[in-house]
Amino acid sequence: MNIAVCVKEVPSATAAKRLDAATKRLDRAGDSELNPFDAHGLEEAIRIREAGHEVGEIVAVCMGPESAQRPLQKALALGADRAVLVSDPSLAGSDIVGTAHVLARVVAKQDADLVILGQQSADADCYVMAAAVAEHLRRPLVTQVAHLEIDGSTLRAKRQTEHGYDVIEAPLPAVISVSDAINEARLPSIKAIMGAKKKPTEKLSAADAGVDGSLVGADGARCVVQSVSPPPDKAKGKRIEDSGGDSVEQIVAFLAEKGVV
Amino acid sequence: MAKLLVYVDHDGDAFSANGLGMLARAASLGGEVTAFVAGSGIDDGWAGGLGEYGAARVIVADDAALDGGLPQPVVDAIEPAAREADAVLFGAGVVSADVAAGLAARLGGGINCETTGIELRGDELVAVRPALGDSVMVESGFRGGTAVVLGRANAFPPDPVGGSAAPVERIAPTVQDWSAAATVVGREEAESGGVDIGEADVLVAFGRGLGGPENIGVVEALAKALGGEVAATRAVVDAGWAPYSMQVGQTGKTVAPKLYVACGISGAIQHKVGMAGSGVIVAINKDANAPIFEFADLGVVGDALTVVPKLAEALGSR
Repeated sequence: MNIAVCVKEVPSATAAKRLDAATKRLDRAGDSELNPFDAHGLEEAIRIREAGHEVGEIVAVCMGPESAQRPLQKALALGADRAVLVSDPSLAGSDIVGTAHVLARVVAKQDADLVILGQQSADADCYVMAAAVAEHLRRPLVTQVAHLEIDGSTLRAKRQTEHGYDVIEAPLPAVISVSDAINEARLPSIKAIMGAKKKPTEKLSAADAGVDGSLVGADGARCVVQSVSPPPDKAKGKRIEDSGGDSVEQIVAFLAEKGVV
Repeated sequence: MAKLLVYVDHDGDAFSANGLGMLARAASLGGEVTAFVAGSGIDDGWAGGLGEYGAARVIVADDAALDGGLPQPVVDAIEPAAREADAVLFGAGVVSADVAAGLAARLGGGINCETTGIELRGDELVAVRPALGDSVMVESGFRGGTAVVLGRANAFPPDPVGGSAAPVERIAPTVQDWSAAATVVGREEAESGGVDIGEADVLVAFGRGLGGPENIGVVEALAKALGGEVAATRAVVDAGWAPYSMQVGQTGKTVAPKLYVACGISGAIQHKVGMAGSGVIVAINKDANAPIFEFADLGVVGDALTVVPKLAEALGSR
């Protein structure tokens, strides 16, 4: 079977995040990285192969600007066999449903039996992309998978709800999103990082991908940001830097001052 | 008048608090509010009770395919009613979120997630959400089709609005083959009994920053020194380090102790919504960029494995 893993470029955890006043979109001028939640999707794909299942190829699929080549290189270093970037000025400003349409179009061309997404994006906190992609592909869906087994052409997944855990079976092809607790994503070796440069990367325009232009970009977005404002004031907390446990006295004093010890 | 359809999720005969909260909020907007309930063997009197939360009528989709707690059959069931509505609103929930996104994709409508505020301006629906680690409030409108609104957990209180029982209309859904292809084959209910972390005055909670299940003794010792109980994040429960009954957050318990000590917890929004109402929040995390420092009353940038044992010792000797 073949596996497609959808990945996203997000601002680095250390980068200051702000919305551009004019476009009301996330300012992506700073450093970026592979969405950390997506590393768990790639890791799970590799583990399926390592568990002895016949995995033809693992393809990383990304929609984003040209700069998304870098996080895609990381995806290749983490174990994807090849990468597809759909990048087109007409896609900038797409909303969730528009982005899902593009990802579904690209994934549909990859002959993937299993489509894996991370549980959410680290920048937009969007945790519904998998459900929208599955709907566009008309394939079974299991989200927030904490444990996954593949048995022939069936997947068996354990996922948490508000009531405990459900064990769900679904026939392949299917779409899943994985919990960040499903695995510990490995760090790529130097050899894997070097090897990633030799792996094929394909770049598609919106037209190449067969995207319906009426659904994408700022003009196609159905959910439109109207204004951005500061949140209600909340007193800033106190912060202390600990070194070898030397903050304990200050913590105890703080707790005593608040009357909780 | 704007037609608002509210999906109210339920587990057995208990409606979800987030679904009821969204229904009550929708009713306060002044539109024409219909509640939607999906499942099998649904009692009309029970469903009609949603009138107390502001539903003017209730649509019940009753079919064995809707009994499994899976989202895709519900998308099929709610689609016809959704096409008649100006907006479809969902309270937070694992299944609700999947239904909301699937429906938005099917209808080609906009979806606003993590919604904490909703207004009707004339017939225009406006949704407000906190974004970028809750550092900004973003107001969005909708165009070109049915609007879909998904609430943040605990954003809308499930308070009855004083209505009477609503009339119930039953529909027979048509579930597509691919929608019904996934099936729930097993369920592990949350264990009852043991400690109720929702009742504790002090909680010492831990996340993956604690390193591994072998280190739980460290937080247990601090909890003992503070006279409190131990709680955990979704990530460590998913990883099998702690039982589900200890979990705080969107899919776990909502807690508001006098003191909440977060050890090695990043403070993802799914965790924050379950504990942000705590009296005093102390966070110990070696990642200085962890979101939890944005809402902790005291943030300690340091290794929980070093700080927590020393803190327990210092408190124990007082």
